[in-house]
Amino acid sequence: MNTTLTEQGTFPHLPTPLPTRQQVAGFGFYLYLLSDGILFASLFAAFAVLRGATDGGPPLQSLFELKNAYIETVALLTSSFTCGMAMIAADRRRQRHAQIFFLATVILGLAFLNIEVHELIKLSAGGATFSRSAAMTAFFTLVSTHGLHVTVGLIWLLISMLQIHLKGLTAGVLRRLICFSLFWHVLDIVWIAVFTFVYLVGATP
Amino acid sequence: MFGKLTLHDIPFDQPIIMGTCLVLIIAIAGVLAYLTVARKWAWLWKEWLTTVDHKRVGIMYCLLAAVMLLRGFSDAIMMRSQLALASHDHSGFLPPEHYDQVFSAHGTIMIFFMAMPFVVGLMNFVVPLQIGARDVAFPVMNAVSFWLTAAGALLINLSLGIGEFARTGWLAYPPLSELAYSPGVGVDYYLWALQISGVGTLLSGINLVTTILKKRAPGMRMMTMPVFTWTALASNILILASFPVLTATLGMLILDRYLGGHFFTNDGGGSPMMFINLIWTWGHPEVYILILPAFGVFSEAIATFSGKSLFGYRSMIVATMVITLMAFTTWVHHFFTMGSGADVNAFFGITTMLIAIPTGVKVFNWLFTMYGGRVVFTSPVLWTIGFMVTFTIGGMTGVLLAVPPVDFALHNSLFLIAHFHNVVIGGVVFGCFAGLTYWFPKAFGFSLDERLGKGAFWCWFIGFYLAFMPLYALGLMGMTRRLNHYDNPAWTPYLLVAWSGAMLILAGIILQIAQLVISIRTRHRRRVEADPWNGRTLEWAVSSPPPAYNFATLPMVDRTDPYWSAKAGNAPLLSYANEDIEMPKNSSLGFFVAFFSVLGGFGMIWHAWWAPVLSLIAIVTLMVRESWDEEDSYTVSPELSRSTR
Repeated sequence: MNTTLTEQGTFPHLPTPLPTRQQVAGFGFYLYLLSDGILFASLFAAFAVLRGATDGGPPLQSLFELKNAYIETVALLTSSFTCGMAMIAADRRRQRHAQIFFLATVILGLAFLNIEVHELIKLSAGGATFSRSAAMTAFFTLVSTHGLHVTVGLIWLLISMLQIHLKGLTAGVLRRLICFSLFWHVLDIVWIAVFTFVYLVGATP
Repeated sequence: MFGKLTLHDIPFDQPIIMGTCLVLIIAIAGVLAYLTVARKWAWLWKEWLTTVDHKRVGIMYCLLAAVMLLRGFSDAIMMRSQLALASHDHSGFLPPEHYDQVFSAHGTIMIFFMAMPFVVGLMNFVVPLQIGARDVAFPVMNAVSFWLTAAGALLINLSLGIGEFARTGWLAYPPLSELAYSPGVGVDYYLWALQISGVGTLLSGINLVTTILKKRAPGMRMMTMPVFTWTALASNILILASFPVLTATLGMLILDRYLGGHFFTNDGGGSPMMFINLIWTWGHPEVYILILPAFGVFSEAIATFSGKSLFGYRSMIVATMVITLMAFTTWVHHFFTMGSGADVNAFFGITTMLIAIPTGVKVFNWLFTMYGGRVVFTSPVLWTIGFMVTFTIGGMTGVLLAVPPVDFALHNSLFLIAHFHNVVIGGVVFGCFAGLTYWFPKAFGFSLDERLGKGAFWCWFIGFYLAFMPLYALGLMGMTRRLNHYDNPAWTPYLLVAWSGAMLILAGIILQIAQLVISIRTRHRRRVEADPWNGRTLEWAVSSPPPAYNFATLPMVDRTDPYWSAKAGNAPLLSYANEDIEMPKNSSLGFFVAFFSVLGGFGMIWHAWWAPVLSLIAIVTLMVRESWDEEDSYTVSPELSRSTR
């Protein structure tokens, strides 16, 4: 820097405003979500390839109960709505409103997980286990990877709610909440794909 | 407590392995003793282990790569020596089960723990400086990325003395890598080492893409970014798009091995072919992840040392982005013989050949950059010219292999081995060394010994041809890869020449070590100023080594080669607002996350289930604790930074 950077103070017209820390964090997290989408794409591809490979076991369409998947879908989509309401409240610094809507999100997420886990246990108990056939392996992996994401999301949200309670809506808390809400909405989008390709398409022979 | 692990898993009966382990233990003990005697622990912890400075993280990446180069190269020497000896009645010194581990470890280490860290390290160090930024977008996550890579490297080295490594080749094709055929811990070492370091690579990809897109100096448009930054962007976009596929694929293999899944098994309806398709969906982009930043290094070096701006800046960027896109259109050429059929093979043969076009554009651009310039033959230039010759030959044999009928004759032969070493050594490795010698003075403030550097280049260059040209011939003569013994006396002379080439490369590596040692010892009379090469881009505008915050005031940029323009008096570098500098605080998160990743991975490998459970809880706790700390930065006032500069 010895000879060159001439220090002329502030440049009269700024060429581009530098992005804020929140914008940078949101963009980086968005990139992570894209890569997570590719991870799911690989699992969807595996499911598409192995869907028919039941190894003499029952075909997939005889195993699913569409009613359960429908309730799960409603629960998760509604949780996305409550998450959105919570974010609006958080943005306006209405802490109590935000917490109530986040609590609703937690309850709906737990309801979703509850139905999913029960369904997987019921399938396993009926002999359609993870290691029964390649088709079952692919099905269990795809659905549980999504379920695992929901679980991680719920843990994240509970910790965030604790942080809101203890620290209030500080810049750091808000920044992480924005990332969380992006994560939660993407899980919804992935679930819509699961519902379509596993339950709806999978349920038709 | 230790799961499957018992004392019997340590190969006491193998003198080669035990000898290596002994040397390693003595070396590590020596380093630890030195740190204790010299009272360097606090310094090490504060300045390096907990640093989040992109420059130091980059240097640690390169150091890791250099250490792993020695490990991977020892494997290479062992293989070449084995094949120089093991014909007819001689069985050589490596039994088959050991030889198989050696070639698997060689490939895995050289790609994941030598080439990747080297390239990522260069990008880490250079990119923020080139775009006029103070650090990467997420400095703490950057340190975590490095430490996860180091954790994977540590796991793979533990396999040397504790248990065994995979005998499956570097991509661990099923069904061989499934539990039924590889019941040992070797494949598990492979899987967990790659999963852990793969997460690190993905995070690093997110970080650098965000850095390049969001942290550029005020006024710097995409089309005024330096070419190395462009290639880094392309490479990291490929990381983002392809590493999740690797994670998913290895994850499926883990589910097969640990929970009895049937993704890739022979029975239960599994599809081993799906693994091969998935792994190459990652694997082909991976080679461009490695080579594109090397192209960037050559572009920077050749322009600087020709005293001209790069010929065809725009075409260089278009070519880079075309290669980035086409990286995802050629994966089937890695398995033409596996029954895709003539139509599919023809499609992928043509897409493969098409990639030669943008690559050719690049080669001509470099040649035209030199044309009419005043080329200074420094060692970065020697590596660049060596690359242009060698890589072109490797590219041509690649186009040859892209013809499916030719591939049917040559696949799995030493011709293939010669081809990919031709492009990986001649391209990636030469590129890393060019980058190392080019940016070393910037990183440390003193220059490397040029005489030894040039000697190292000539040893590597000639050694490469001696080591690999015979393999082309051997491949045409029918010698397949991964043989540990052969009966054809006609092959022996070629294998002896290849061995001598490996020895010459060894001499090159020794010269490089000597170059480093001598340059460090004489560093006081090798001090360099900010701009030893008469550089063109922003990294040369700051002192060598740069201050922690890189730029006291952010520069404003409206053209390519802004520093060159400033020196020529065309357009002075203006500085952005004179404001306080916000600097990230040191963080031990990366170090501890890596510690628990190694513990958890080791527990998974040996079925000591408490370890992964404990590690998972510990890592989550560490991350939550990190998120609690709102005071994660401190400020430096620009006046202060100017006075201390």
